[in-house]
Amino acid sequence: MDQFILQILNGLDKGSAYALIALGLTLIFGTLGVVNFAHGALFMMGAFCAVTLSRLLTLSHTIVDETRTDFLGNPLKVEVPYLYDIFGESLGASIIDWAVPLSILFAIPIMIGIGVIMERGLIKHFYNRPHADQILVTFGLAIVVQEIIKYYFGANQIPTPAPEAFIGSFDFGAVVGIEANKIIYPYWRIIYFLFAMLVIAGVFAFLQFTTFGMVVRAGMADRETVGLLGINIDRRFTIMFGVAAAVAGLAGVMYTPINPPNYHMGMDFLVISFVVVVVGGMGSLPGAVLAGFLLGILESFASLQAVIEAVPGINQIIIYLVAILILLTRPRGLMGRKGVMED
Amino acid sequence: MSNSNLTRRGVIKTGAVAGAGLTLPTYLNAAGHSGFTNAPTGSTVTLGFNVPQTGPYADEGADELRAFKLAVEHLNGGGDGGMLNTFSSKALEGNGILGKKVEYVTGDTQTKPDAARASARSMIEKDGAVMISGGSSSGVAVAVQALCQEAGIIFMAGLTHSNDTTGKDKKANGFRHFFNSYMTGAALAPVLGANFGNDRKAYHLTADYNWGYTTEEAVRTSTEAMGWETVAAVKTPLAQTDFSSYVAPVLNSGADVLVLNHYGGNMVNSLTSAVQFGLRAAQANGKNFEIVVPLYSRLMAKGAGKNVAGIFGSTGWHWSLTDEGSKAFVKSFGTKYGFPPSQAAHTCYVQTLLYADAVARGGSFNPCSVAEALEGFEFDGMGNGKTLYRAEDHQCIKDVLVVKGKENPENEFDLLEIVEVTPASQVTYDPSIFGGELGSCNPGA
Repeated sequence: MDQFILQILNGLDKGSAYALIALGLTLIFGTLGVVNFAHGALFMMGAFCAVTLSRLLTLSHTIVDETRTDFLGNPLKVEVPYLYDIFGESLGASIIDWAVPLSILFAIPIMIGIGVIMERGLIKHFYNRPHADQILVTFGLAIVVQEIIKYYFGANQIPTPAPEAFIGSFDFGAVVGIEANKIIYPYWRIIYFLFAMLVIAGVFAFLQFTTFGMVVRAGMADRETVGLLGINIDRRFTIMFGVAAAVAGLAGVMYTPINPPNYHMGMDFLVISFVVVVVGGMGSLPGAVLAGFLLGILESFASLQAVIEAVPGINQIIIYLVAILILLTRPRGLMGRKGVMED
Repeated sequence: MSNSNLTRRGVIKTGAVAGAGLTLPTYLNAAGHSGFTNAPTGSTVTLGFNVPQTGPYADEGADELRAFKLAVEHLNGGGDGGMLNTFSSKALEGNGILGKKVEYVTGDTQTKPDAARASARSMIEKDGAVMISGGSSSGVAVAVQALCQEAGIIFMAGLTHSNDTTGKDKKANGFRHFFNSYMTGAALAPVLGANFGNDRKAYHLTADYNWGYTTEEAVRTSTEAMGWETVAAVKTPLAQTDFSSYVAPVLNSGADVLVLNHYGGNMVNSLTSAVQFGLRAAQANGKNFEIVVPLYSRLMAKGAGKNVAGIFGSTGWHWSLTDEGSKAFVKSFGTKYGFPPSQAAHTCYVQTLLYADAVARGGSFNPCSVAEALEGFEFDGMGNGKTLYRAEDHQCIKDVLVVKGKENPENEFDLLEIVEVTPASQVTYDPSIFGGELGSCNPGA
């Protein structure tokens, strides 16, 4: 029982990342009809927004400590963050400690800006081109972006921890009254899941309950008719590209304490996110969320030792196996609509 | 009128004898200096440094390249000489190798065996490299070593830790200075026993490729021999990034030690997950739960951040060693680049000097002469104490460091502390246990 609950929790936090990335991906596909292979790069850039803010907050001046020596035996140069000078050591350290949550505010405008520039500067030129062209240009863009990140930040992973208050784990079993010391779960992964739910709810509410969202949904259903009504649907779709980039970026920001980011992390999620979108149904937002959590949970269960021993290698293929089965039985995916990506 | 005895047969016989006589000295000369692949003919000799310049180990590759450049500088008489001053052999004089100025070309392995072979082949065929060195992966090392064997080039392996490199896949033209999985197990087990006790239950998470298997086997064999029980050994995909579903079941498995047979990004991510899931603070079987990382590198420890604190592992070399060789190397490297070298940089630097020294002692760049000079060569002053380049498998037998993640690092390089320097005698093994055949040296063309 405890293993079952543990893997459900694991699947939910894994699925949170899949769902957030896939949500943005399918949003772009649903609005602009573009297959965006640079979406993983947006996730990665979000993570590097957290790294960048963390570095900005720790910008330092050097003082020489004559009492200590460095590895060459010279007097040790100690870096003192400017924040310590401005706010005092205690408050300065607290601000630095909260770099990742603060990065949410930092990342939103940056990621929307990157999304808009990407759409206006490059992707709009490929709207009327075949999907193969779109895939090639966005995949190429992803490689360029990750090489730029590698140039500036290196290839190594960069530790970007959660605030001290959220480091560690808690006894989930004891909290829900099952059994103590059996279901230990990290605080930050629960926070990640809750954050993902909040963002997903926010995107759905934005599309469902605002006039802007209503126009976008109308545009997704029939772009030409909305355009004929005198509404500048292209501008709204550009903004939606920015929103999708921000969603992917926020997923990346909050993921940094789970796994230290590196330039390649977007590619690690890209293929699986596409599988999520296809399984959920191309262009279907609820489908992407549902498929994200479903595949996350299945992947977690397939990693259990007993399952691997029963079916060797299942942990490596489970997602693709399920994708094949779903597409065989429901060719448009779990919640796909007729006519989307169909001639 | 002249009376000539010339006949057609006579002319042919005389011509053949004269031709053979004239050719003989040239032939003997060729045997001495150019009867092997890429024999240096001018005033320079070219070495090929094949390191990961792109891909996940690019930072480690960059450090290897810094070390190679430093070694070339020292060989050509530049800088402060580094380990040339502490090396027990005095065959090198700081005037290149055999009087030829050392030049180098570089290749990008991308940490992919096929790409590494292609770049090594290019350096051999187009650039005339007479030796190939570098790399940060056993898969790459085995692939490039096989290529060098076919091409008649000496391969001085970089960072490769799998038993196979000098075990079942060993080659007569290949040499490894770095230690291996077996030596990790032999060095680590006694320290683990002393710190955690001999009644422990271990859970292994193992990267699903060759290096992971050999490391798991080595650590299991060594720890089980002292009384530990292996509760489970689970293979994890090499491309795995989130290890939560593999780590979560560990605490309820009956184990009280988690061994992470992972390297690079795998290790950073699995260790981060293990610490997040509270394993470091947990109790199991009435004991503190422990985590072990068999192979550490400073760059990995940097990636994992505070999560490495208190976690045991092994490493080939560390900049905080205080022997004269290590101090000389750290001073040269640190002065030139501003930070201390990694173990990958150390092994690449030493391999370059060892190759040059073998050429100097053998008096030839011929790979067979170099191999003969390296086989059974005993040396000191290179940072690992007295070391033997074993003739039977071309594996260096030397001290191994058992290290622990530092609890309170003072700076970004101060991440590991040395717990024990395990003497070479404790990690020596019968070279036949891993199979394979060296074969015979191939001088190539």
